[in-house]
Amino acid sequence: MKALTQKRRHPFAFVALLLLGLLLTGGLYAAATTVNEAQASNLPEGYTSEQVEEGERLFVANCATCHGMNAEGTDAGPSLVGVGAASVDFQVGTGRMPMQMQGPQAQQKPPQFNEEQTAQLAAYVASLGTGPAVPEDEYLDVDQGDPSRGGELFRINCAMCHNAAGAGGALTEGKFAPSLHGVEERHIYEAMTTGPQNMPVFNDANIPPEDKRDIIAFLKTYENQGTPGGFSLGFLGPVSEGLLIWTLGLALLIGSMVWLTSRSS
Amino acid sequence: MSAADKNYTEAQYLEADQYQPRTRTGRIANYVDQRVGGTGIVREFGRKVFPDHWSFMFGEVALYSFIIVVLSGAFLTFWFDPSMATTRYSGSYAPLQGVDMSTAYATALELSFDVRGGLFMRQLHHWGALLFILAMSVHMLRVFFTGAFRKPRELNWVVGCALLILGLGAGFTGYSLPDEVLSGNGLRIIDGMMKAIPVVGTYLSFFLFGGEFPGDEVIPRLYTLHIFIIPGMILILIAIHLFMVVVHKHTQYPGPGRTERNVVGYPVGPVYAAKAGGFFFIVLGILCLISGTFQINALWNYGPYDPSPVQAGAQPDWYIGPFEGVLRLMPGWLGPIPLEFVIPTPWGGNSVATPVLVPMIPIAVMFLGMFIWPWIEAWITGDKKEHHLLDRPRNAPTRTAVGAATVTFYCIMWGMGSNDLIATHFQLSLNDITYWSRVLIFVGPVIAYILTKRICLALQRKDREIALHGHEAGIIEVSPDGGFHERHKLPSEYELWTLVSYEAPAPSGPRPNAKGKVTRVEKFRAALNRMFFEDRVEPVSRQEYLEALEHNGHHDGATGLEAAQSQEQITAGHSGRH
Amino acid sequence: MAEHGNGESGAVVTAGEGESGTYAIDSPGLPPHRPRLSDVDEKAAKRSERQVATLFIISIIGTIVFMVGYFAIGRTSEEFGEYFDHMQWLRIQNTLLGVGSAFAMLGIGLGVVHWAKTLMPDHEIVEPRKPLRAEAERAEAAQMMGEIVEETQIKRRPLLRNTLIAAALLAPLPAVVMFRDLDRAYGEEFSPERMRHTIWDEGVRLVRDPTGTPIRASDLTVGSAMHVIPENLREISSHGERLSEKAKAVVLLMRMNPEDFEHTSPGREDWTYQGIIACSKVCTHVGCPVALYERHTHHLLCPCHQSTFDAAQEFKVVFGPAGRPLPQLPITVDDEGFLVARSDFTEPVGPTYWERGNA
Repeated sequence: MKALTQKRRHPFAFVALLLLGLLLTGGLYAAATTVNEAQASNLPEGYTSEQVEEGERLFVANCATCHGMNAEGTDAGPSLVGVGAASVDFQVGTGRMPMQMQGPQAQQKPPQFNEEQTAQLAAYVASLGTGPAVPEDEYLDVDQGDPSRGGELFRINCAMCHNAAGAGGALTEGKFAPSLHGVEERHIYEAMTTGPQNMPVFNDANIPPEDKRDIIAFLKTYENQGTPGGFSLGFLGPVSEGLLIWTLGLALLIGSMVWLTSRSS
Repeated sequence: MSAADKNYTEAQYLEADQYQPRTRTGRIANYVDQRVGGTGIVREFGRKVFPDHWSFMFGEVALYSFIIVVLSGAFLTFWFDPSMATTRYSGSYAPLQGVDMSTAYATALELSFDVRGGLFMRQLHHWGALLFILAMSVHMLRVFFTGAFRKPRELNWVVGCALLILGLGAGFTGYSLPDEVLSGNGLRIIDGMMKAIPVVGTYLSFFLFGGEFPGDEVIPRLYTLHIFIIPGMILILIAIHLFMVVVHKHTQYPGPGRTERNVVGYPVGPVYAAKAGGFFFIVLGILCLISGTFQINALWNYGPYDPSPVQAGAQPDWYIGPFEGVLRLMPGWLGPIPLEFVIPTPWGGNSVATPVLVPMIPIAVMFLGMFIWPWIEAWITGDKKEHHLLDRPRNAPTRTAVGAATVTFYCIMWGMGSNDLIATHFQLSLNDITYWSRVLIFVGPVIAYILTKRICLALQRKDREIALHGHEAGIIEVSPDGGFHERHKLPSEYELWTLVSYEAPAPSGPRPNAKGKVTRVEKFRAALNRMFFEDRVEPVSRQEYLEALEHNGHHDGATGLEAAQSQEQITAGHSGRH
Repeated sequence: MAEHGNGESGAVVTAGEGESGTYAIDSPGLPPHRPRLSDVDEKAAKRSERQVATLFIISIIGTIVFMVGYFAIGRTSEEFGEYFDHMQWLRIQNTLLGVGSAFAMLGIGLGVVHWAKTLMPDHEIVEPRKPLRAEAERAEAAQMMGEIVEETQIKRRPLLRNTLIAAALLAPLPAVVMFRDLDRAYGEEFSPERMRHTIWDEGVRLVRDPTGTPIRASDLTVGSAMHVIPENLREISSHGERLSEKAKAVVLLMRMNPEDFEHTSPGREDWTYQGIIACSKVCTHVGCPVALYERHTHHLLCPCHQSTFDAAQEFKVVFGPAGRPLPQLPITVDDEGFLVARSDFTEPVGPTYWERGNA
């Protein structure tokens, strides 16, 4: 410690420091550039360079109007750098993107691109910057999941927007959380990792992949078990029940009452 | 009374044992009769007359669904345990296996999945409860719109109102028992509303929950209320209600042969008893059908109560909907101004939760108004007479309009209670629905009032038209000189009687009191009276009717004959009776 | 009891009951009785009989269907087999029980009513109403009551009357007072003071609900939301007390871009950590969990009454009935890098109550 303080007073100390600083900066800059280049040229895991190229062509033709030529984002659409393949697979795979029209939120519709094209788009967007990847099959296998643990996680993290039975619900200003019935395992997973629209992100540090699998297992168990009590009335709870008793219930009653008090011919 | 004045003679004393029944049924009947006086009961009720109209049956539906709810509820109590002690679920429902929950929730799940027919009985109980309150509500609407609450039935109307409130209480306490997330959040709302009550609210909440919300006391307490105290009170009030129905005898719609001093209908034995008895099975059958085919309150979806989770579509059963809706309707801030405020006091201030308290005002006014409406109306109209003949709603336009306005007010609050589902299902913005409803809650009832009153008056005019000129027969005739006119069919005298036999009082103006002074209150009453009776359509007078008959006879060749015939009938009827 | 009035004679309702002359026509009396098909045609009556019997037989079949549903379909999971089969069978059983009993009941109900309508007499009967009281009887009763009161001497002895009223007013008090212990108060003072505090305190870790694992700042990416409870919650052994404490202590944790914060009040500068912000999940309206987080608008929505709070403006109310912003929990990280509370909430959480004051 003492030696260092003494040397700092040396007349050449300043020059030495300056040189050292310049060297370090230059070196770091060089290193960083190579890393960046490496990232850009390095293919995202699981995709081929043909897919990236093909994806770029598709992107320019179909998505660049809103998201910009290099996916840097415009006023009409957000930047896609770093959103990851999972985001593309979800948005394009469920038909939400390309968007039909501007509105409170993108609506689900029949997908416009096939599996192959979706993968190509995903490959291109993934090549722009790292982001959540398309989930591995291991985490989509509901047989390995624990539905009852998943149910607990679902009620804490998801039910407030998507409804306890996954039937969906309203958000502010015309936005809504969609129904989860019949949604593919992969898309449920991707929605959790990427947080589409206004949905919060549930990254792996918040809900680890195994827990996500539990949640999906819960949803699929729920979907497959049917409704033991009869018709579900849309899983909407007391409102649809009240509606039924005021319509069908009352109609049956009034019908029988009118018949009962009418005079026989 | 007169019988009691007479002495119980020795001959009568000996007579009691003289009658020897021949059949076995007769012997049993005689045995009972000598001990409880069945003769009197049969003589009183055996041929008691009940008027027959479909709208009179809602009260019966309420009674029957109450019985069904009590019976199915009793079944549920054999398995349900309201304890809030934690247990680990190990029943058949896979998505909850291994989850910690209260015994109440676990036994509710057991009832649903592991007790044969338990799910069916739970659904029957719940659908029955919805129907119970529905039937009471519709019954009350019928009573209101036909003026059946008027003297001498005001007190029975009050008993009915109390029954409705108790029904709401029974429903809400039952809704909360399974101790899942949905009903737990319902209780949380009740807790929040209680805390908003000035001065005593916080303590009320402490007393209900045994301390701070939610604790582990509340479900057993609600259970006692739900299965014992509230149904007990309902039973007592039903007994009073039915007793008064017997005392008053049933009202009847105006019509030929019906007067204020008689009851026209079918006798209890056998027709009415068979119909009413059969109707119990019909109501039960309808409820069974619905319970077997439509799932209600799938409580396994919601998970055990925990203060952290909540779900979209958090709604109460339909009858609490308006309460939920009016809370959603109320803004907490008017622009930058918060409505909530603190009263400065030396001990740190007291908070007034205006956004919770203000919405309770219209609800309170509505319920209070419901209770005291018979007296309000009698005070305004000055009508002190007994009424056993009902009003056709069109013949009491202002009352009908007030009722329609109240129903509109209720329905807007009700709709707001499900605004999130309206938003998702009709692709609207939640916020827009709320903004519009905030306007509609003030404008809607006024429009409904005006519209209903106009419709009533128009219907009265149509009645007049029919009474004077007959029904449009839908046949256009061409007269020899080229004129077109429609053939009219004159109503029968029975129909005519229904159309013309009603009162339409004119406004009576303020009356001076004993000191000869017109008080301010009296002026107010007179103003209300004017509002009540100002717009009126006079019933057809005798002179008008006779003139119309003459007119029809002269100018309407096709119907002249019919008119003459009906005139003849009437005269014949008169001469026969005079 | 009046005789059958079929209106033809008009004997029951006579004109001149007061209605006469007031209305356009005189009361025509009951309309004549129209005989039904089954009254005049024995064949029609026989047909009705068969219909009623058929309905009763349908009821019998309904009961059998119910029994089949109850006994033929098993009860336990083993009997049902696989879980999904269990659920399917449960539905079939429920339907059989419902439809079976519906037919059983409707068969009886419709049958009896049809019987009453077609075969039992349908002559309307006129029964006179009786006055609720006759004046002579009223006078007699009033005199009787007067005598009864007189015999008690209560009017002549006001001392008796007044002391009785006082005693009767006081006597129910014990029944009211006895309910004092409805509030268990968990060993605390019987006062609303307990509502001012939660178990959050300086250095208490934020842990995930329900797993209880602590949280690093890096676990949250921008746009993340996490449902959080205090680490010390698990130390509470009493179930009821734990629920009550959890009901006050639940927290929602979000990470936003730090530049998205539109407004920070003096004194709150260090309440967030690198864009991570925490608030009470208990709505200030009536207490529902405000758990719906929209990550782009930073709005928090309560699903019960739709109060909307803006996380970028210290949870200001932007819509709905809530009267106050959600209380914010001051947070930071501890030596090991886990998120901890800086202190308890600085105001009572949850709905407004009378004693809350300026807090």
